Amino acid sequence: MEMLSGAEMVVRALQDEGVEYIFGYPGGAVLHIYDALFQQDKVNHILVRHEQAATHAADGYARSTGKPGVVLVTSGPGATNAITGIATAFMDSIPMVVLSGQVRSDWIGDDAFQETDMIGLSRPIVKHSFMVRDPNEIPEMVKKAFHIASTGRPGPVLIDIPKDHTAPNNTFPYEYPKKVKMRSYLPVTRGHSGQIRKAVDELLKAKRPVIYSGGGVVQGDASQALTEVAHKLNYPVTNTLMGLGAFPGTDEQFLGMLGMHGTYEANMSMHNADVILAAGARLDDRVTNDAKKFCPGAKIIHIDIDPASISKNVTAHIPIVGPVKQVLEEMLGMIDEHETGPDHKSVERWWQEIAGWRQVHGLRYEVNEQGPMKPQQVVQALYKATKGEAFVTSDVGQHQMFASQYYLYDRPRQWINSGGLGTMGFGLPAAMGVQFAHPDGVVACVTGEGSIQMNIQELSTCLQYGLPIKIININNQALGMVRQWQDMQYGGRHSQSYMESLPDFVKLAESYGHVGMLVNKFEDLQPAMEEAFALKDRLVFMDIYVDPTEHVYPMHIADGTMRDMWLSKTERT
Amino acid sequence: MRRIISILMENEPGALSRVVGLFSQRGYNIETLTVAPTEDDTLSRLTMTTTGDDKKIEQITKHLNKLIEVVKLVDLTEGAHIEREIMLMKVKATGAQRAEVKRTVDIFRGQIVDVTSTVYTVQLTGTTDKLEAFINAIGEAQVLEVVRSGVSGISRGEKVLSL
Repeated sequence: MEMLSGAEMVVRALQDEGVEYIFGYPGGAVLHIYDALFQQDKVNHILVRHEQAATHAADGYARSTGKPGVVLVTSGPGATNAITGIATAFMDSIPMVVLSGQVRSDWIGDDAFQETDMIGLSRPIVKHSFMVRDPNEIPEMVKKAFHIASTGRPGPVLIDIPKDHTAPNNTFPYEYPKKVKMRSYLPVTRGHSGQIRKAVDELLKAKRPVIYSGGGVVQGDASQALTEVAHKLNYPVTNTLMGLGAFPGTDEQFLGMLGMHGTYEANMSMHNADVILAAGARLDDRVTNDAKKFCPGAKIIHIDIDPASISKNVTAHIPIVGPVKQVLEEMLGMIDEHETGPDHKSVERWWQEIAGWRQVHGLRYEVNEQGPMKPQQVVQALYKATKGEAFVTSDVGQHQMFASQYYLYDRPRQWINSGGLGTMGFGLPAAMGVQFAHPDGVVACVTGEGSIQMNIQELSTCLQYGLPIKIININNQALGMVRQWQDMQYGGRHSQSYMESLPDFVKLAESYGHVGMLVNKFEDLQPAMEEAFALKDRLVFMDIYVDPTEHVYPMHIADGTMRDMWLSKTERT
Repeated sequence: MRRIISILMENEPGALSRVVGLFSQRGYNIETLTVAPTEDDTLSRLTMTTTGDDKKIEQITKHLNKLIEVVKLVDLTEGAHIEREIMLMKVKATGAQRAEVKRTVDIFRGQIVDVTSTVYTVQLTGTTDKLEAFINAIGEAQVLEVVRSGVSGISRGEKVLSL
């Protein structure tokens, strides 16, 4: 059998797992592994400028491909810097494998240089973690890590590797296991047919149905099955922030996003529904408003791979634990064979009611011809310039909501954002991961002048690898979402939400070797956007000045029902 | 409501900290906790008591089951079961008190396992209620030190928690 050092085993195991890219940053505890990486060319290492960006880049890679993202960081600060990115992936159930260096095993606990208890630190934000205690464990541990990260409800898995276990002089027999079996980890592979049948019966009786689909449909590759179910039944569909693209954004049956900043029609339909099919969604607080007042007349069918997501916030009447794709496919068959079809007459009346709601708000916003540009116009110009086909990553705040409302996503894995943790600084490194996975794809990062500065150092990484990302910096010279809440709930006292001393982003982009563009007039917006996207092999940083006083609407009125919304600064339901 | 949750888990470093971590992470309460290896040395048996309504207990058991090292889990309080806790207690035993303590220990079917001229060390096994009744009977003023094992439990009859 082949004899390899611990470091070589780590790298070989990644090769055998088919890993194309690993995002990382070297340091003392992982030098043996970096040396082993240097001596091969199958796994491409991408050098970021900060470990947080390594995790977000791996995350963007994973979200846009469905394959686990892989990260390599050193011990101590390397590991702690990765924490935010691991937590981001954990909250959104993204498959990721993180390899962290650790001080040599006989020094653990001695407060050695760059020592930190990474297993302990990361415990609440990983699906599982391993510490290498013997180099012989490495192949199986790597196999298990990928297996756990990518099956069931996906999530990040950490392997902490003490430096002495990767020493080049000690070699061990290497064999990569073909399969792993774990008696304590057996994720469900099928939903319960009896429950699925009950759900179909209920669904076909519905007079005012809504299909509410979430990130699980994207992650579980169930978009096609979901779309078929929706089309077969002619039922309206709403997506969560994480689920955008799971059902085509331009489809006539699409109501838009639901929840805190969901469309009027989506939230009204949910509130008035009699049957809700929640697929791969977790009924979280940004969707439900007050969970106790959520959709009072609805029977809830809830499909989720994670039993703990079911009846956590809102009690499900018909719970189905299983992979959402398999469950929806089984549903399709049962719908075809069912003795009664859907109640077409009632559903037709329901659609008429929805058509009325669509007239009420329709994501309108006020444009002042003389005044500054509106952020919504920027997203609409982006949609037009990219013909709706770009991968769009976003940071967190108002721009994220505008990008979710005004860009219509027709494909799953096209819209990439930090929904659960809400991590500012996610957008640019995530866009890097997406661009590596899709070298010919058009990748736009919608961000704001607050978020972009949280990982702006990655402009350097983009230069190194020639990543032609288009950064759409919606610059309102304020932490817009914070400011909006301060306007609405704190009497307009803008405590620390004003961004003073902004850099000249155009010069900044240029100093990193990229193209910078300043846009501050609406008439320049579309031509500038077209010009930027025509520069196919360059990163373009578009610094676009917009109205700092704009708010995101609709917006749920806190502690109310789904139908309680602000529709503008002065109108409410 | 008080529940006794019994868990079979991989006997590996870090497994216990994941169980305990889960409780603090999600704001659940642990009242007692006891853990030791089983006849199969790859497995540990962990018993904990916690309180909460049905919804909370359902979430606790679901999240425990999600932990990779948890192999099997049962809520003993869902069926007929036997629960035991062992207590060691140092009691002042001087003068007239000496005979009184001895009598109380006998009534509770405890044992005096160590004796000095002023102190009895008592061992008592039973349910949590019984141990508390004993502490009350002895009187707090007489008690010098108490150490309790936490609850262990097993279901009645044929039902077993094993692989």
